[in-house]
Amino acid sequence: MRNTRSRKITGFFLLTPALGFVLAFTAYPFLHMMWMSLHNWSIIEPKKYVGFRNYVRIFDDGQFWVSLGFTVKYTLWITPILMVLGFLIALLTAANTPIKRFTRGVVFIPVVIGLGVSSLLWYWLFSYDFGLINRALLDVGLISKPVVWFGVSAELVMWAVIVSVVWKVVGFGMLLFVAAIQSIPQDINDAAKVDGARYWMRVRKVTLPMTLKTILLVTLVSIIGSLLAFDQFYIMTAGQPHNATATSVFWVYLNSFPYLKLGYGSALSFILALIVLACTIVQMMLTRRSYG
Amino acid sequence: MIAVQQRLRVPGSARIMQRRTGYLVAAICVALCTIMIMPLALTILASLKTTLEAAALPPTYVPHEMSFDSYVKLWNYQAGLVTYVANSGITACLTIVFCLALTIPAGYALARFPVPGKEVIFVILLLALIIPYQALLTPIFFMFIQLKLTNSLIGLAIVHTAIQLPFSVYIMRNAFESVPSELDEAATVDGCSSWQSLLFVYIPSIRPAIVTVSLFAFITSWNEFLGALVMMSRGSAFTLPIVLAAARTETSLGGTDWGLLQAGITISIVPCVLFYLLLQKYYVSGLLSGAVK
Repeated sequence: MRNTRSRKITGFFLLTPALGFVLAFTAYPFLHMMWMSLHNWSIIEPKKYVGFRNYVRIFDDGQFWVSLGFTVKYTLWITPILMVLGFLIALLTAANTPIKRFTRGVVFIPVVIGLGVSSLLWYWLFSYDFGLINRALLDVGLISKPVVWFGVSAELVMWAVIVSVVWKVVGFGMLLFVAAIQSIPQDINDAAKVDGARYWMRVRKVTLPMTLKTILLVTLVSIIGSLLAFDQFYIMTAGQPHNATATSVFWVYLNSFPYLKLGYGSALSFILALIVLACTIVQMMLTRRSYG
Repeated sequence: MIAVQQRLRVPGSARIMQRRTGYLVAAICVALCTIMIMPLALTILASLKTTLEAAALPPTYVPHEMSFDSYVKLWNYQAGLVTYVANSGITACLTIVFCLALTIPAGYALARFPVPGKEVIFVILLLALIIPYQALLTPIFFMFIQLKLTNSLIGLAIVHTAIQLPFSVYIMRNAFESVPSELDEAATVDGCSSWQSLLFVYIPSIRPAIVTVSLFAFITSWNEFLGALVMMSRGSAFTLPIVLAAARTETSLGGTDWGLLQAGITISIVPCVLFYLLLQKYYVSGLLSGAVK
């Protein structure tokens, strides 16, 4: 047909901008980050090669472990809540009746707004004196004096944040689950019905196994997202009390930017990237197996 | 006789059960919608309180009197609302432009040209999927200081494009692949060059992908927080989420100005919800194909 050689050249030419962009703003920063992590690097002072000392320091950095521990704890709590709620809502609304479609649309609305903005919104709702949550709980009589949600107990802070984030992202899982449930062939369900299987039995024996891959996928997306949590804690808790709720990304942020310890921040970033990478590889293996 | 009655009764009671379940499901749906809408509705209502009522204790659920006090205050807040909306809006538009300009040619090449090592190139383009941008901000910040791209909307749009690129490349490649190659071949027979078939054959056929890529680029950029927080240190360069987060700790009369914050939250939410309602189809299909990669 057309001259293959000139097609090759044209094709390569078309790919150059995107390729150049990724090399400049993703690949190069990544390599540079590894280089920076081997130095004491701040903008004000000249950089100094320190070998792996930054990495050794991470192991002795109490706050790093507190942050990682808190992030993992947050992830371990919020992920199952998101999965179970998302799946239940999907079961409830999977049929295409008007009211169910409408409910789906409404549940999804918070997904499109920003996490930063939704965190501000909940920061107000949970506020000690001006928040409507304390007001409502007082009015109903569940509490006798306002609860200090933020800044005192790391436990309470975590639950307030979890409520806000579940509200914000539960629609994401729901949407993917609904798509998976709708793609189950109807005759399988009909066959189970003829065999006398009741609703919850069918959920357990048909729906769950047939949507397992989607469930695993959404679980991993949620785990990765939670391990990288920042906005909600920066806005709602600012890491308080005593940096007990400063997540891993928060600790990277504090070191790199307010403290300008770019070398140490790079080392922390690299460790963080490795942790997330491990999760992503599992996710990719799952998607490849199910779709390729 | 008894057996017949029972056989007749079973479907009857089943129907009643079914109707009951139907009512229950509808009731749960209504409750769920209420819970999901409540925080948004309360915020929008609270943004319409008078200054006095916004600072009242205990807080009121709904305003007794409507007023645009908070919006007026927000309009004049520091550099002015227009500045922050413009910063967010321009960054989002630049992100859309960058994403389209980079991924339309790339998608075309990946789908239709015999480029050697295409698979490897595709994987490289998806690199940002495995490296979280949160971890890259430290080196990018350092790079941007040297390139004078901190406090620059172009710089921030570059960060947002880097976040959004893998998704966009993926959507574009699929869109180009799903255009029947007979169309392209017919165009070639008619004497179209590669460029002409891109313009006249492909671009019209991949319009949905262009909408999807633009929509997600807009939402990502408009809402993005950490990158903007790191890159923008000058107050007049702040985007909407950043200035609101800063206003949270600003004091007016000794406390957070909740009315101002609520007005700001409302303004930031409006475009996202509007685009979602208008372009729901693209949103859902993009999310479904993006999530399964």
